[in-house]
Amino acid sequence: MSLKDLLSPFFVWQRAFEKPYTTIRPTLDRPGAPAYRGFHINIAETCVGCGSCHEICQNQAIDMVAVDEFVGRDGDSGLRPRFDYGRCCWCGLCVDICTAASLRMSNEYSWIADNPNEFHFTAGVDETPWQDNELGYRRAEGYHLYPPKRIEMELLPAEESVKSFDEVTLGYDIEQAKKEADRCVECGICVATCPAHMDVPDYIHSIRDGDYEKGLKLMYRTNPFPGTCGRICTRKCESVCPVGILGEPVAIRWLKRFIVDQVDKKDYKRILDEQIENSDFKVAIIGAGPGGLSAAYYLRQQGHAVTVFEEHESGGGMLRYGVPSYRLPDAELDKDIDHIISIGVDVKYNTRIGKDIQFETLLEDYDAVFMSTGLSVPSSMRIHGEDHARVLSGLQVLADVASGRDPGIGKKVAVIGGGNVAMDAARVSRRFGADVTILYRRRISEMPADEEEIHESQEEGCTLIQKAIPVEILDADSPEQVAIKWGEAEMVDDPKGGRPRPVLREDRMHTETYDCIISAIGQSSNLDYLSKELQEQMAVEWGKFTPVEYQHTTLDKVFVGGDFANRTADAISAIEDGHHAARGINRFLNPDLYINAEQQHDI
Amino acid sequence: MTLSTDNILTGHSAALDFAQPEPLDLTSGKYVKLWQGPQHPGITGNMSLELILEGDTIVDCKTHVGYLHRGFEKLMERRTFIQNFTVVCRIAVPEPTFNEYLYSHAVETISGIEIPERAIWLRTMNLELMRLASFLMWIGGMSGAFGQYTVPNWTIAYRDFVLDLFEEMTGARIYHMYIVPGGVRAGLPDGFRKRARDIMDGAEKMLDQVERVMFNNVVFKARSKGLGIITADMIDPYGIVGPNARACGFKRDLRKDEPYLAYDQLDFDVITGSDSDAYDRAYLRLQETRQCINLIRQCLDHTPTDGPFQADMPNVLHWKVPAGETYVKAECTRGEYGYYMVTDGSEFVRRVHVRGPSYTHAIAVMERLAVGNNIADIAGLMVSLHNYPPEVER
Repeated sequence: MSLKDLLSPFFVWQRAFEKPYTTIRPTLDRPGAPAYRGFHINIAETCVGCGSCHEICQNQAIDMVAVDEFVGRDGDSGLRPRFDYGRCCWCGLCVDICTAASLRMSNEYSWIADNPNEFHFTAGVDETPWQDNELGYRRAEGYHLYPPKRIEMELLPAEESVKSFDEVTLGYDIEQAKKEADRCVECGICVATCPAHMDVPDYIHSIRDGDYEKGLKLMYRTNPFPGTCGRICTRKCESVCPVGILGEPVAIRWLKRFIVDQVDKKDYKRILDEQIENSDFKVAIIGAGPGGLSAAYYLRQQGHAVTVFEEHESGGGMLRYGVPSYRLPDAELDKDIDHIISIGVDVKYNTRIGKDIQFETLLEDYDAVFMSTGLSVPSSMRIHGEDHARVLSGLQVLADVASGRDPGIGKKVAVIGGGNVAMDAARVSRRFGADVTILYRRRISEMPADEEEIHESQEEGCTLIQKAIPVEILDADSPEQVAIKWGEAEMVDDPKGGRPRPVLREDRMHTETYDCIISAIGQSSNLDYLSKELQEQMAVEWGKFTPVEYQHTTLDKVFVGGDFANRTADAISAIEDGHHAARGINRFLNPDLYINAEQQHDI
Repeated sequence: MTLSTDNILTGHSAALDFAQPEPLDLTSGKYVKLWQGPQHPGITGNMSLELILEGDTIVDCKTHVGYLHRGFEKLMERRTFIQNFTVVCRIAVPEPTFNEYLYSHAVETISGIEIPERAIWLRTMNLELMRLASFLMWIGGMSGAFGQYTVPNWTIAYRDFVLDLFEEMTGARIYHMYIVPGGVRAGLPDGFRKRARDIMDGAEKMLDQVERVMFNNVVFKARSKGLGIITADMIDPYGIVGPNARACGFKRDLRKDEPYLAYDQLDFDVITGSDSDAYDRAYLRLQETRQCINLIRQCLDHTPTDGPFQADMPNVLHWKVPAGETYVKAECTRGEYGYYMVTDGSEFVRRVHVRGPSYTHAIAVMERLAVGNNIADIAGLMVSLHNYPPEVER
């Protein structure tokens, strides 16, 4: 102890003249730091209601509640997160996991209310004073709680793929599939969007568990063509996958294919193990395409005797004759079809209704009829000279190739159109060594074909000319050739707000000679097996049906589905039509079973 | 300084006499039983001491914990790996960051995740800022326990400035939840380094004043010198770690002995004392607080400004950590803080055991050191051991 120790503490008096550290509350407000984890903000418009915030919240402070405004929106669950501030610990994991980056936090930290129920609110829907706050916690750039990038599937290099009809996509291996399956947030928006409502999160879960047999069973509950859809599905599911909002969507289609690839065909019977008790009913199905066979599968499961009539020598419809084998190998299509047939579906090939058997006979002999004959007649370009011998239809070219016939296209080909058939025809022509030019009347961004089809066709060396309107088909010097006159188009905005319209520019005309011109601008249906009266009774318009409930037509006993009965005209919609019609036919045949709609069990 | 094993084996030291004492005759009228805590300003957190006094002198002390038991270890077995990181910070309220780091490090060790360079530095800085905040609060507590209420005002104010830095860096003042399995949640905000340096400069000046007012203080010296001496032979049998061990000359610091994060790239020495009484422990902590400021400055200089701060992570919503077990440790303000973790390959952790230094310091050491002291010094003695009861009870 020293004198210094006695005096030194009196130094504190020096501080008496300093400014205090404290803030004078409540006259002076101290705002939270710019990245403070304060009260929640949700941009309800951007939010898709995937529920990842609800999933990750360890306090169960978030409920997903339906908000009328958003119910029924495309790619939206219609739910929005509702916060319970009696439970929240402001960890911000909900913000970190938010797939749409719609959820964030303000830097507000003080909230006084006399009604405790106010602290239970739906952010972005219920009004809060901090909703427009610019500051607060946001997920940092470069910080992710799930991998934003998808595992790319390996492709055959373009220089090789263009030489053969070998499958272009090579499939995932187990490790790749598990990694890709890991990216799923299990929101189920895909289930709602998929026309067939496949159990996507569940079968993806089965990949993570390595239980492919379970995955296969789940897929067959809603889709008897998983191998096919795993390759060529239009995958509406991926377009709404919330993981794709900030990153790339989960490769749902490739994962579906992966499961099918893992299971051997001979094991299908054991795994799926359909228990069938025969009923007394007979159902006729016209067309062994995806719609017809899907209906056949689910009807047969209910025990009905199913007979499918198919005009070609093999089943599959457009899947076989419209989709080239480098996208969908025949063996894979057969894997699906063979299983459907194996449960006792009777298919009569080379049998055309209206020629070999009359439609009216079917109506008489069977308890119900399902029609799914699709769109098989190429649409006309409605230009002069279209009937030239060297103008081929895309469908015909594809069917010829699929049947092993030489399509006779020559070495220099022009393809007219921008849909998948056009792309397929172009890529098939490339494989026959032709020099291919694709003419499309609008812009590339507006092409209805799959993006990857457009990309791959260009990779394989097809020249794509956009905004090109065919004007006239002319004779060339040689009868083996044909010339086309086309004009450049200008895109004119639609004053009514529709999509821009291409308008021909008379001053920019081109004429070019080709060995053949493949027209692929659309298809329509062929209903020559139906009499005028029947067509009228079923209210057929422009060759298309508008089925009522459960794919039922206005005609008793008759159900329809597939491309001529829906707007999307793709395989998955046809499959769902078939499934749905099977439900409808079952109800129609067993009305007693379904007195109450809620008793309906899923078939 | 080495430990003489002779002493332990023969039990020469009174502190190493573990035989049951003769029971006291509480009906004799000689003794008074007094409960200090759990609601008592002189207790660090929610625990209590059952004291038996003879006059003013303590003849027996029993420590009681359990007032704060929230069952974190069990809670963690029912939460996913990502959810747990928001739970662990609550295990030691004044020092949540060490729990975040150790939890994340344990998960990363078992699942083989390597965190990027920038995350290593940001974690180091975060831990040192935490150490500074914790020490500042402790100095205030120590001073207050001896009846001096001026110094706490200064140190707690500066702790608040450090919390401001945390608020900027992590988005929260107390439960930062910044160190996440895989890295950290964000980089440094703009202008952070300048503001941090300013606060470090101010804190350093403030610590000089603290030394003048608190340590060069005849009252403080008179009361704390010779209080609660931890002898060298107690260190290993009791498992005493951190400043409590260093104050009696043990050069033990995990940051030097088994460097983790970026500590092998930082320039610092292990500070030791010699007298090992309450004053010496306090003075050692004051020096470590200064050292801490120095380390933060080094971190501010060295932390990379760009690059990734998070390793590639699986989808945390269904993250399964492979089966395994690990023990990870770090030097917190009170010594070795350890996490033992067992996983079974599922989405949940099978078992976590949290071992904080307060476990021995607050229970066994306190019971032993209290005996023979004056009742008025118990609060000071307890603070001088630097205990955080929540980490005893996990």
